[in-house]
Amino acid sequence: MARTGTGNAEISVEIALTQTPVTGEREDSERALVAAAREGDREAFGELVTIYMRRAYYVALGLVGSHDDALDLSQEAFARAYRARESLDPDRPFYAWIYQIVRRLCFNHIRDRRTRVKKLELATPFLAEQAGVRAAATDPGRAAERSELRARLEAAIEQLPEREREVLVLREFEGLRYREIAELLVIPIGTVMSRLYSARRSLAEKLEDVL
Amino acid sequence: MSHSEARGHDERARRLMMAELDGELAAGERDELERIVAGDPELEKERKRFLRLKEVTDSMALKPAPAEIWDDYWTSVYKRFERGLGWIFASIGAIILLTYGTWKGVEQLIADTTLPWFIKAALVAMLFGLVVLLVSVVREKVLIGGQQRYKDVER
Repeated sequence: MARTGTGNAEISVEIALTQTPVTGEREDSERALVAAAREGDREAFGELVTIYMRRAYYVALGLVGSHDDALDLSQEAFARAYRARESLDPDRPFYAWIYQIVRRLCFNHIRDRRTRVKKLELATPFLAEQAGVRAAATDPGRAAERSELRARLEAAIEQLPEREREVLVLREFEGLRYREIAELLVIPIGTVMSRLYSARRSLAEKLEDVL
Repeated sequence: MSHSEARGHDERARRLMMAELDGELAAGERDELERIVAGDPELEKERKRFLRLKEVTDSMALKPAPAEIWDDYWTSVYKRFERGLGWIFASIGAIILLTYGTWKGVEQLIADTTLPWFIKAALVAMLFGLVVLLVSVVREKVLIGGQQRYKDVER
């Protein structure tokens, strides 16, 4: 399940539903929607967008670290997907398809030096304290400490190579299992684990004094 | 232990440490991890560091988006698609009109007997150059792009 720092149960449940593996009834209904969208049914495509918009947004947020960019890139991904709807395969999960577009857009965005400069100028936090972690709220000293830790973690994540950052985001913030990550990225599970190891080692080195 | 055996041993230890952090250890693997780590203080140190890091990452989540963005998310997506189509048609129309206007203008200039010959020559040279550039770009996009066998391979 994707973790957002909201504490809003409704949102968490909704995201959980969109992330349920496509099986049985859900599989049939998604297949029907994809088939209809492929034929140009705008409403069917709209339903697919509504089902997957949060997931696409949050994975983009994890990859680019900016609300505005994540919103822009995830919406652009759906617009491009609609343009290319004829290549949709009803027998394959829709999210795997849209995810490939989202990640490509995000990687291009990260590589674009001009937007990178802009991003640094407009940097805003993209992480938040988990809903269950409330101890800091009553202790100003601890709150400041947590805030600094969050900022350092964000900076360390931003500096990770894109492939490592992607796997870390999918595991830590999307809550996907290794098998799911491997399927989504079409890489072996061993590669998922190696990238996670490299990402975590980099983060641990950068946060060494506080770990 | 040979160099390749040591590398394999380290790789196995790393994977087991990751699996432990993410709750993906298979039956029997915990014992294997404990055995490996017990004989290697460096790995034990690294494992502890990863466990502390995991506590930190587990305490953080992606910042929630403002709830109102979801209300018109699909409408925004559709507008983008519509505008994309609009741009394509507008661009095609503009190219046709511009080409026609340029052609007519050039025709008039060339027919103008008061214009010096070198201005007419410069005009023809410029147009010829533009056509060569256009053909070159189109050829690159269509022919060369299509022949790149590994263009879709992700590095």
